[in-house]
Amino acid sequence: MKDVKGRVHSIQSMGTLDGPGVRFVVFLQGCCLRCKCCHNPDTWDIQSGVEYTPKQLVDKALRFREYFAEEGGITLSGGEPLLQAEFAYEVFRLCHKNGINTCLDTSGVRLDDDIKKLLLETDRVLLDIKYTDDALYEENVGCSYKLPLAFLDYLDKQKIVTTIRQVIIPGYNDNKENIDRLKNLADSHKCVDKIELLPFKKICQTKYDNMNIEFPFADVPTPDKKKMDELNNML
Amino acid sequence: MKHESWKGFTEGIWQDEINVRDFIQKNYVEYKGDGAFLATATKRTKDLMDKVQELFAKERKNGGVLNVDTETVSSLTSYEPGYVDKENELIVGIQTGSPLTRGVNPFGGMRMVRQACQAYGYKVSDKIEEEFSYRTTHNEGVFRAYTEEMRKARSSHVITGLPDAYGRGRIIGDYRRVALYGVDRLIEEKIKDKKNLADSDFDAETIRLDEEIYKQIDFLGKLREMAAMHGFDISEPAKNAKEAIQWTYFGYLAAIKEQNGAAMSLGRVSTFFDIYFERDLALGVLTEEGAQELMDDFVIKLRLARHLRTPEYNELFGGDPMWITEAVGGMGEDGRTLVTKNSFRMLNTLYTLGSSPEPNLTILWSNQLPEHFKRFCAKVSADTDSIQYENDDLMRPIYGDDYAIACCVSAMKIGKQMQFFGARCNLAKLLLIAINGGYDTSSNIHIGPQLPVMEGEKLDYDEVVKRFDTYIAWVSRLYVNTMNIIHYMHDKYAYEKIQMALHDTKVERLMAFGVAGLSVVADSLSAIKYAKVRPLKNEEGFITGFETEGEFPKYGNDDDRVDLLAKDTTHKMITELRKTKTYRNAIHTLSVLTITSNVMYGKNTGATPDGRENSAPFAPGANPMHNREENGALASLNSVAKISYDDCRDGISNTFSITPEALGRTEDERITNLVAILDGYFAKKAHHINVNVLNRETLMKAYENPEDYPNLTIRVSGYAVNFGKLSKEQQREVISRTFHEAI
Repeated sequence: MKDVKGRVHSIQSMGTLDGPGVRFVVFLQGCCLRCKCCHNPDTWDIQSGVEYTPKQLVDKALRFREYFAEEGGITLSGGEPLLQAEFAYEVFRLCHKNGINTCLDTSGVRLDDDIKKLLLETDRVLLDIKYTDDALYEENVGCSYKLPLAFLDYLDKQKIVTTIRQVIIPGYNDNKENIDRLKNLADSHKCVDKIELLPFKKICQTKYDNMNIEFPFADVPTPDKKKMDELNNML
Repeated sequence: MKHESWKGFTEGIWQDEINVRDFIQKNYVEYKGDGAFLATATKRTKDLMDKVQELFAKERKNGGVLNVDTETVSSLTSYEPGYVDKENELIVGIQTGSPLTRGVNPFGGMRMVRQACQAYGYKVSDKIEEEFSYRTTHNEGVFRAYTEEMRKARSSHVITGLPDAYGRGRIIGDYRRVALYGVDRLIEEKIKDKKNLADSDFDAETIRLDEEIYKQIDFLGKLREMAAMHGFDISEPAKNAKEAIQWTYFGYLAAIKEQNGAAMSLGRVSTFFDIYFERDLALGVLTEEGAQELMDDFVIKLRLARHLRTPEYNELFGGDPMWITEAVGGMGEDGRTLVTKNSFRMLNTLYTLGSSPEPNLTILWSNQLPEHFKRFCAKVSADTDSIQYENDDLMRPIYGDDYAIACCVSAMKIGKQMQFFGARCNLAKLLLIAINGGYDTSSNIHIGPQLPVMEGEKLDYDEVVKRFDTYIAWVSRLYVNTMNIIHYMHDKYAYEKIQMALHDTKVERLMAFGVAGLSVVADSLSAIKYAKVRPLKNEEGFITGFETEGEFPKYGNDDDRVDLLAKDTTHKMITELRKTKTYRNAIHTLSVLTITSNVMYGKNTGATPDGRENSAPFAPGANPMHNREENGALASLNSVAKISYDDCRDGISNTFSITPEALGRTEDERITNLVAILDGYFAKKAHHINVNVLNRETLMKAYENPEDYPNLTIRVSGYAVNFGKLSKEQQREVISRTFHEAI
């Protein structure tokens, strides 16, 4: 096995919200984006976190395999796990060797050979389509909306089961047009079996405070349950 | 032997000997479907429950006790039959002459009865005072024999909660026997057993047993008489489902009239009743609605059960629970599930009658349970927070498939094993006493081996462990001896005549010891081992505080470095306990269970090396300390699962609180995930878990405005409580516990 190490921000042994079933969710360190809505600014720096070898991480995950039942498994999230694609690949490969389902939570803004290799070992992608509008994407993510679209096309080509996810941010994407565009994406990509809308939350404010940086969306309201229900009903 | 009432049942050895298990195995029908067949509450049930709710409200308003009958000594036939609403009750019988009136039961101890009466504005009648001035109670007997050291252990609270002032409880009569055989047959069998003793050498044990059988027979007669006072002849077996429930309930009612034990558990009746239900349903004499109605009425009776306790007792345990534990589900030794339709009906009472702490519904969980039943349980948990789970796959190989749970986590074969209950030793306090060389800085009592206070700038791990081992050995011997006195005296002065009549004559005895503060000890030892712990001395030279520098692994994060310290500690404890012989050759067992008393134990314990402050609460049972978990809920469950059931055969309690959001987005997901968590936890050989699915905010609102939440039920350590009945301090502790939340 290749001697590649990864940097881990934190581990949630009981993840029930990032992929199907009960999952061992690993938040990897490092992100290339600076989304204004980011709720994990503490994962940005790729130099920090705790170092793991793929085997160390998978051994840890294996301690929880009894809880995975039929649907559960491991999820690599972040940060942006694509920044550590080689490490992620090794982790997933080892998981598959042990019969553990793998799930990748990503923004899909990169696609290179290492990432393509990683996707070969990925059972499901949770693709975060932050906005469905070029201008909004550029403005609030910092790169082109074409990148995740290209990623999604690739997933479709490779037939990798995909959940499209989006954080609903009032005033930005809490509208019918956006939901329609998400539905179109799903309809035009057979790999997509599910769309999940997640309410924007602001409990990350303390993280920004601790890091002494400004939370760009500090003044953006959170969506209420009624709004979320309304949007979910459009799906 | 044949009987008209058994018509339609499959024959077996159960007819020739007292063998309820054989009857169940030959006759029950497993059910693998879902809960769609269940009926809702009938108007009759709702009206009756409304009356009961009114009584509960009156009781609350009256400061927790509605009324006390101070003229009568509680026993099987000492009260005229009482009713809630005679015409509309399907199952009859209450403890005293009127519902929620508490009886006086001084056999365990007069002092506690006096205190309890006084606290609620009553006075024990002169008649009872007079009568008991000529009798010895269990409490008096114990204090005649206690040594000075035992008294010190008690007053320093290093051993605490000992059942020396009232009934010991934790004995489960096989109440089903009354229904299956009728009382006459049970008497006949006991007479045979007594005759068979005649050829023995009459040593003390034989003489004691001989007299006990006499008492058992006497009280079986009283049981028959008690039923007759209600208009029922229970000398013969029950003829139908209604009678089966009524006969069984009379057995249980007799037990709670005779004994005021702390935990008066019910056993495992649901599947037994199902056999009668199935027969009646097939005969067309009962409908599903009617079956649910009978179960509802039975459960209403259980919810009305009360003992007279002191306010201190209520404060300690959060109201006045009776731990009317009913074990539901599980698998049979032949691979069939013991889940029946009536297992669903029993759980359904939480919907038909609303959620409630009692009866203490306990699911015997197996990975092999039918999927639909697992999901139904998970749904009930999420909706009501009223049920707990114990590992059938772990217990069945030891106790067979007809065991039940006494109190919270104590398994025993029904009618074949009984328990000598023994509360617990405060291990965190013991560690401090060890470090201080035999001095308890909380109570200022010198106790145990007298050694110098530990010296040095930094506590040395090996030295501390050596010290701690010395004190574990000392306390274990003292603990066994203390328990021997308690149970000798209980047998002598407050023997459980009706409950033991519903056991085999040759019964196996378990002596249940316990520990509290396990997570505090594990983290403290970890701090001493992996960080630098500097002891701080007071003016008298005793260590009363610690300065801990550096990081150390904490129990609750699936980290073997510390989790194994917890495991080893329980192993050492039971190993030491086993070195001292028990009264009546009982088998030593150990529990890691605190009930709600973790708050009180903490209050009486100084600051500990793990950083816990003086008087701060412990975590309940085997739980990790609050908010020391860094890797989420399952890591915490894995830590607890490492404590070996072989060392802790009296149970390992874990309480788990999770917000609905953290379990999944939809109800379906939440149910699926909760089932997966339970399957996983028990596959790890864990023993017990309480599940609460709720938000901290709800508890905070109930804390601020208790009147808005009269029926809010939550699971604590091994049982459920009405949140409003907890003391404010306990409520705060529950709120401060780790809630596994979605981020």
